[in-house]
Amino acid sequence: MASSSAAPPVRSESSRRSRLRLRQAGWYVLLVALALVVLFPIYVTVIRAVSSPVAYAEKGYPLYPVSPQWGAFRTAFNLGGFAHAMTVSLVMTLLITFGQVATSIMAAYAFAFLRFPFRRLAFALFMATLMLPIEVTLIPNLQTVRDWGWFNSYPGLAAPFMAAALGTFLIRQGFMGVPSELRDAARLDGFGHFRFLTRVAVPLARPVIAAFTVISFLAAWNQYLWPQSSTTQESWQTAQIRLATFGSANAQTLNLGVAAAVVVALPIFALLLIFQRQIVRGLTAGAVKG
Amino acid sequence: MSTDALGEATVAVEAIRRPPLARRLKERYPPGESLAALVCLAPSLLVFAIFCYYPLYKLFVDSAQRSNSFGTSTRYVGYGQLRDVLTSSDFLSGLGHSLVYVVYTVPVGLVLGTLLAVAAHRRLRGIKIFQTIFSSTVATSIAVASVIFFSLLNPASGLLKSNLLNEPKWALFAVSWVSMWQNIGLSFIIVLAGLQAVPEELLEAATLDGYGPVRRFFKVTVPMLSPVLMFLTVVLVVVAMQAYAPIDILTQGGPAGSTETLLYKIVQHQDPAQASTGAAMSIGLFGVTLVITLLQYVMLNRRVHYGEQ
Repeated sequence: MASSSAAPPVRSESSRRSRLRLRQAGWYVLLVALALVVLFPIYVTVIRAVSSPVAYAEKGYPLYPVSPQWGAFRTAFNLGGFAHAMTVSLVMTLLITFGQVATSIMAAYAFAFLRFPFRRLAFALFMATLMLPIEVTLIPNLQTVRDWGWFNSYPGLAAPFMAAALGTFLIRQGFMGVPSELRDAARLDGFGHFRFLTRVAVPLARPVIAAFTVISFLAAWNQYLWPQSSTTQESWQTAQIRLATFGSANAQTLNLGVAAAVVVALPIFALLLIFQRQIVRGLTAGAVKG
Repeated sequence: MSTDALGEATVAVEAIRRPPLARRLKERYPPGESLAALVCLAPSLLVFAIFCYYPLYKLFVDSAQRSNSFGTSTRYVGYGQLRDVLTSSDFLSGLGHSLVYVVYTVPVGLVLGTLLAVAAHRRLRGIKIFQTIFSSTVATSIAVASVIFFSLLNPASGLLKSNLLNEPKWALFAVSWVSMWQNIGLSFIIVLAGLQAVPEELLEAATLDGYGPVRRFFKVTVPMLSPVLMFLTVVLVVVAMQAYAPIDILTQGGPAGSTETLLYKIVQHQDPAQASTGAAMSIGLFGVTLVITLLQYVMLNRRVHYGEQ
């Protein structure tokens, strides 16, 4: 402070600014370096997907594309049957997302607005399911689905995930932010439960419902263990499972397996760009209060 | 909170007047609301009953049964069998591999998440682009990440001279790179949210007190961040215990069983003839999950108390 006021004001101002600029440049260097590290696997994947396999191997697997062939993506898409697999994924994902959001809104409504006996116990029963993920309950659930003849079917793929403790919890938090005056006003206006839920509660809790919808979609689309275990026919494989079989079968041909990985990843990358805010809100809901 | 208190007060007043129990219950829980609640909860409860609670019950029943080699009939053999499985070298090696996977992936996730979040938590032009890049691995599924690393590690095409996936000493470490990379996005998003919640005034106060950037980071930011880092630790441990796709795609448990984690072994025991062993191992996984979740619950509660001070 003292030294800068003693020096001529113009020079100190410019030297401070250049120091600031230098420090900014330093941060940019670090950020770019980190971004390169994070993106490196994706970069190599894309390089390998577009390079002609033989020429690429002859060059000794360099970090730049060799005689690019953009058709690899389409070939992988067609050869792997990804149009069909993505349809299976999409139907399964929509069933799960719609089911989870619907059952979670209903349950959250009961926990946030209704007085009924054993409310605490019921809520504890909901939350305790967080300790029973599909990884733990896999074997008995496979038996159930097998006994019901639901292997290789949409009910089999989706049914175990039609309710969600996380969704109930998040949406209940959203509902609890609805001012009690609004509830009283709605009651005076003669709103029943259904009208209050659809006209007042859901619109007011829309941000948190949107956040849960997006992460529910993301999680369902990216599932691996259950769709693999509960299907035995190739025609019922989701895009993820199809990618695993196609990708490892074509690991030696270099370009097709990784091209398939790019094809499967693309729709979700688009989703990330569009719904980044919702994804962040959904993923951090448990980490930071408020 | 306040409506609860109001409810308590109403109950207290009622208690003095003492109307009949039936009427008191009716006023506390209006029948219309109870019925509506039942309708609202029924769908979720049905799903949870069939796919969460019944399986838990079934695990305990199955773990005390032994089936014939075709899986067509079972008989009760008692819980000595559960104990035998949970102390078998097969189970313990699976659990050991899972814990090693935790040790590989969780610290790396914490460090990388913090590093990226600290770098990207500042006002710079274009910072949003870097934030999107750092978050991007949440959009890559575990299957996509596994195939990408399978290609990177494949000796026929790989960047590495030797094939780590073929060496029992290194295979699990190489497989864990999939999770390390895929966890980057999640860790970054969670720590960044934590950093954004640190009050700016606190950092300014520390600067005025003559704290340099390094001391400010360790004395102010990290303590303020500790609940978030705790939360992230629990999330990463759970993710590591549930890792399956990387092993299924990269090594199928090999070489020489060196990448058979607990969950991988459970999946291998899914057919009815081996259901009792699979069930017993699942109970082991449940036990681990329970401990982790309870730990998380305790920590969350403690944080709520801090918040109320």
